[in-house]
Amino acid sequence: MTPLLGARNLRRDYRLGRGGEVVHAVRGVSLDVERGEYLAIVGPSGSGKSSLLNLLGAIDTPDGGELSIAGRRIEGMSDRELTSFRLRNIGFVFQRFYLLPVLSARENVELPMAEAGIPRAERRARASELLRYVGLERRERHRPTQLSGGEQQRVAIARALANGPALLLADEPTGELDARTGEEIIALFERLNADGTTLIVVTHDEDLASAARRVVHMKDGAIVHQEVSRVRAGNDDAGAVSSRE
Amino acid sequence: MRAILALAALRRHGPRTVLAVLGVAVAAAMLLCMVMLSAGLRESFRELLLARGFQLRLSPRGTLPFDTEATIPGASAIARELRALPDVVVVSTVLGGQLHVERGEGSVTAFALGVDPAAQGDYELLSGRDALASDALVVNDAFLAATGARVGDTLEVAAGYNPQLRSYSGERRLVVSGRARFLYLSAEQSAGALPIATLQTMTGRARDDEASLFMVRLKEGADVEAARRWIQANILRVDAISTAEAMQRVDERLSYFRQLGFILGAVSLIVGFLLVTTIVTVSVNERVGEIAVMRAMGVSRMHVVQQILLEGLVMSMAGAVIGLGLGLVTARYLDAILSAFPGLPAAIDFFLFQPRSAWTALGLLVAVGIAAGIYPSWRAATLPIATALHEEAVA
Repeated sequence: MTPLLGARNLRRDYRLGRGGEVVHAVRGVSLDVERGEYLAIVGPSGSGKSSLLNLLGAIDTPDGGELSIAGRRIEGMSDRELTSFRLRNIGFVFQRFYLLPVLSARENVELPMAEAGIPRAERRARASELLRYVGLERRERHRPTQLSGGEQQRVAIARALANGPALLLADEPTGELDARTGEEIIALFERLNADGTTLIVVTHDEDLASAARRVVHMKDGAIVHQEVSRVRAGNDDAGAVSSRE
Repeated sequence: MRAILALAALRRHGPRTVLAVLGVAVAAAMLLCMVMLSAGLRESFRELLLARGFQLRLSPRGTLPFDTEATIPGASAIARELRALPDVVVVSTVLGGQLHVERGEGSVTAFALGVDPAAQGDYELLSGRDALASDALVVNDAFLAATGARVGDTLEVAAGYNPQLRSYSGERRLVVSGRARFLYLSAEQSAGALPIATLQTMTGRARDDEASLFMVRLKEGADVEAARRWIQANILRVDAISTAEAMQRVDERLSYFRQLGFILGAVSLIVGFLLVTTIVTVSVNERVGEIAVMRAMGVSRMHVVQQILLEGLVMSMAGAVIGLGLGLVTARYLDAILSAFPGLPAAIDFFLFQPRSAWTALGLLVAVGIAAGIYPSWRAATLPIATALHEEAVA
């Protein structure tokens, strides 16, 4: 079966300043992600995790390699095509939430649906439903500044789910949260995955990584190690099957 | 949603937005004043020239109306010749001069117009009777104030005065028959109008039947330029000037006013442009993370551009609306100051409000509002998403 996401030999280089040193942030990464999978990308700072996630989310352009998501080849798409593709197929959750402070929680969730041209009544109902899903049905009219960090991140997750994306990408989603709130988000991700959402999470958080079905370890821009957790298979005797790249 | 976001972005920094809008309002007020100034003098001259419907003015050859003291002899014959033209409806013959009225130890000097009261186009009678009788005199309020006379009074009036000999010439008793407003004279200038034959006799110009000016009204739809050319070619003692040509000469003389208006108007537009561009650019710079996330979520470049343009436009429009009101008040105040300049006809306005002026100013401000948003919106739309998010996270 064709994977939901297929990356072949992805590369991304950055030049530090004009004429400066070239940093190889992502060095020939190949990765398949199946539908319904829950994948965590871990590694030390500067290992290329976020750069890889940006490529997988089509918000950055690779310097080489091939990428296909949901059966569509990403390289060669115009900016307009990429934007439209992200709108309908990819949801993003960021460490710093990035909710629009001038909009209420519900309006923030409505924003991607408005962009997709969904009628107001329909998007309002779906936004309410999503906020109920993340446990914020009583916070619909609250502005981000009136919400706690955990609540803001849950609104951001609801927003990421607004257009029913095939893939949800999260970059350090618990990075700005305390331990207890982080656990709530981890639990929410597990529930999302159990309900069928495909998740790729970049994290330093061991608890979050251990909740994933598969953990990809990166170092110096390359995948060095992968492990598949058996817990997710419904087995209580936690363990992992490792493989070296 | 884009309108909501644009308005919300402006509300987010309310005091800053209000200050920027006030800045645009001042620029808009200045712009409106300049647009009104560039059209005002020209339009009020045009209205003045057309006030009584005379399309042609004939002055002594080589001069402009009342530019010199030169006169045209044989006025009655010329008037007859003009009236004989098929398109001519009315000919008004005018002689300019001075009137001196002894008052205590000094005298009051007034501008005098010898006219045919039935055909004149120089004044509007406000009260009393017109100067139909040979000894009748119609005067303005400044004359009445300076001489202390009233309608119905009889005055000893002279047409000439020799200051060295302190002697008067061309004396005559005239009866003040009416009060009038003289269209082409300033309100503070004493003036009177009397039958042209009387003034010719008083000034010694009856022998040659002299006049200073003819004003000619043509039939509606008549070819003014053809009539002007005929007069110019056939009546050699006069220069004929049409209202259109007079306006052209007025335009030439007022060109520096228009240049001033253009330069100051352009400066106010540039100031408004820079103000809006700066504020919107600062606002975009503060929202780099938000904009990058919107783009990552799938908000199109076009919609980001529209939102930012809308912010600039709303700011410009709000400033324009306030500025138009402010401009009207300022223009009225400035007009009162400039109109008090000695020697100007009372009917002349420096700042003339026309709906077209307001629309012109509004249109220019809308264009500036859109132009001001181009750079910040382009900047927002072309943000490299991943880099912007990385830099925000690091910051």
